[in-house]
Amino acid sequence: MSGATWLGMPAFPEAARTALADEQLQANLRTATTTIRAKREAVVAERADWEHLRAAGAAIKDRTLRHLDRYLLRFEEQATAAGAVVHWARDAAEANRIVVDLVRAADADEVIKVKSMVTQEIDLNAALAAAGITAYETDLAELIVQLGDDLPSHILVPAIHRNRSQIRDIFRREMPDAPDDLTDDPAALAAAARRHLRRKFLTARVAVSGANFAVAESGALVVVESEGNGRMCLTLPEVLISVVGIEKLVPTWADLEVMLQLLPRSSTGERMNPYTSTWRGVHPGDGPREVHVVLLDNGRTDVLADDVGRQALRCIRCSACLNVCPVYERTGGHAYGSPYPGPIGAILTPQLRGMRDDPVAASLPYASTLCGACYEACPVRIDIPAALVHLRARAVDATRGPLSPERTVMRAAAWTLAGPRRLAAAQRLAALAGALLGRRGRIGRLPGPLAAWTRTRDTPVPPGQSFRTWWRRNRRGTAE
Amino acid sequence: MNARDEILGRVRGALAAAPDAEVEVPRRYARTADGVDVVRLFAERVGDYRATVRIVAPEALAPVVAAELRDAAVGTLAVPPDLPHEWLIETGVEVRADSPVLSVNELDGCDGVLTGCAVAIAETGTIVLDGGPTQGRRALTLVPDVHICVVPASVVVGTVPEAITRLDGTRPLTWVSGPSATSDIELNRIEGVHGPRRLVVIVVDRQTG
Ligand code: SF4
Repeated sequence: MSGATWLGMPAFPEAARTALADEQLQANLRTATTTIRAKREAVVAERADWEHLRAAGAAIKDRTLRHLDRYLLRFEEQATAAGAVVHWARDAAEANRIVVDLVRAADADEVIKVKSMVTQEIDLNAALAAAGITAYETDLAELIVQLGDDLPSHILVPAIHRNRSQIRDIFRREMPDAPDDLTDDPAALAAAARRHLRRKFLTARVAVSGANFAVAESGALVVVESEGNGRMCLTLPEVLISVVGIEKLVPTWADLEVMLQLLPRSSTGERMNPYTSTWRGVHPGDGPREVHVVLLDNGRTDVLADDVGRQALRCIRCSACLNVCPVYERTGGHAYGSPYPGPIGAILTPQLRGMRDDPVAASLPYASTLCGACYEACPVRIDIPAALVHLRARAVDATRGPLSPERTVMRAAAWTLAGPRRLAAAQRLAALAGALLGRRGRIGRLPGPLAAWTRTRDTPVPPGQSFRTWWRRNRRGTAE
Repeated sequence: MNARDEILGRVRGALAAAPDAEVEVPRRYARTADGVDVVRLFAERVGDYRATVRIVAPEALAPVVAAELRDAAVGTLAVPPDLPHEWLIETGVEVRADSPVLSVNELDGCDGVLTGCAVAIAETGTIVLDGGPTQGRRALTLVPDVHICVVPASVVVGTVPEAITRLDGTRPLTWVSGPSATSDIELNRIEGVHGPRRLVVIVVDRQTG
């Protein structure tokens, strides 16, 4: 199985430089993000009440987080009453151990998996492999990634960096039952995946899933998907194990009336995704006979403790912020060095992993231009620019060093940003930093986490011009 | 300390300084779709997913079901045990009721499945199955490649909030919006991966004739 891993990834600036040299990657990303942006805009424009939905979505998550302990206990009580077994995992190792033990107890040596960010975060497949258990990814994009011995690069479409002819080549090479004359017609590729996984679905005894939402009042879980591989995993095997981050809770069933409108429109740009499944423990005569839920912390309580950073826990993993991000569009997802790429990764990964001993994580708050497009797109109104600025200050603190100019700037900004109108302030910050640091319009070598950005050449200070203009000028003669 | 107590302790520690007041949820979004014909809108939106949609009068249901079965070349049809007999007349197909329960392989041997549904949502073109009357268990509508779903006009609501109000969140639910699809290749929607590749929705409306 996949030997690819996030361990040992270079920090963002270095990884970004590699990606920027890859023209195929850039072209694939540009095509994909342009398509999805247009689709999202169309279905969002259709809803006159979109801003009301966003406000409700943000408040629902904040309400949950404010009393998360209470909602976790309620969920546990309800899910248990419905026949589920609830487990708690402090970190990745503990979650992996729980899952491995459950698979062994079921006497299985393979599991089918439906795409889940959280099992990538804890690197579950590697832990299963180490225990002699084969994990089969069943989502088309995950399958492409797994067969290509690759890493995911997008939340929604992990193989977004691959175009159709690259996918055909991977299938021809790695899929034993792929037809010899397989074309790069997307329908033919989808049909090949269907044939390839069919037997597995019909015979697997254990499935592993994540969940998009967990309803505290009823103990129900919700999985939102497109292909039907999720439904296969959730209904056909005898044993179902769902790994759920503790931030996935919503208080009530009624809250889903907001989330199930926000998520599909923001994510695939559809009025509704093809399939949504909800279940509550064991339903006799319908689906798995044994249902487990693993509630995972793995750094989330650290995020919760940061009063600016905690809004990252509202995230419903729609990936809208990736699709509108000028930095992501050029670097792709791998540069972010974790399963959470793009703007959300830039604020979530440093908080989940900590920045003190993790140069990759500490570089991520700088992987942004603070242009604010992510905030505008975010269905739960996460003020990503404000969180980035706040985390930059923390990154500087974490890596200590003398009191440097940017540290002063970031600290001042963090203070400013605690008040209202934070976005406007964040946008002004770039200019402020430029005024303080720039010497005759150039940023020279910078100390600390900014060093890697400026090691090779003086970088022009971004003044009033847009990032795109600046980028084009800065990269003249290369990518564009 | 066990993991549960430790995580709960960390959560409480993290929230120690947070303000006490509950966060109120402003619910100013639309709850209903006013001034629209929900049945027509539902049919239009289901059609946008490249599903087949028919609106029929009650007496035309059986002939239309038979025609759709022929059109999809269904030879063997799975049905929930309580499917009304009058939905299937002179179809010529082999009907297999899910009682006794069909094995996964038997289900895989069925070309199609015919069910009803619990709720349908006009704005999003969604049908929702809850395992109640005329629907059967979840695997029934998943394994066969053609799903024909009968939607009485009375179960069509305008919006997602209306559907959530009508549905029982403790039941096993499947929300279906078009045939199985993927956006995984260059972010274009392609129909037909693991779930039924063909979805036929037949709306039964007394006002049609
Ligand atoms: S941060 Fe917002 S836009 Fe980005 S993935 Fe999360 S919910 Fe979506």
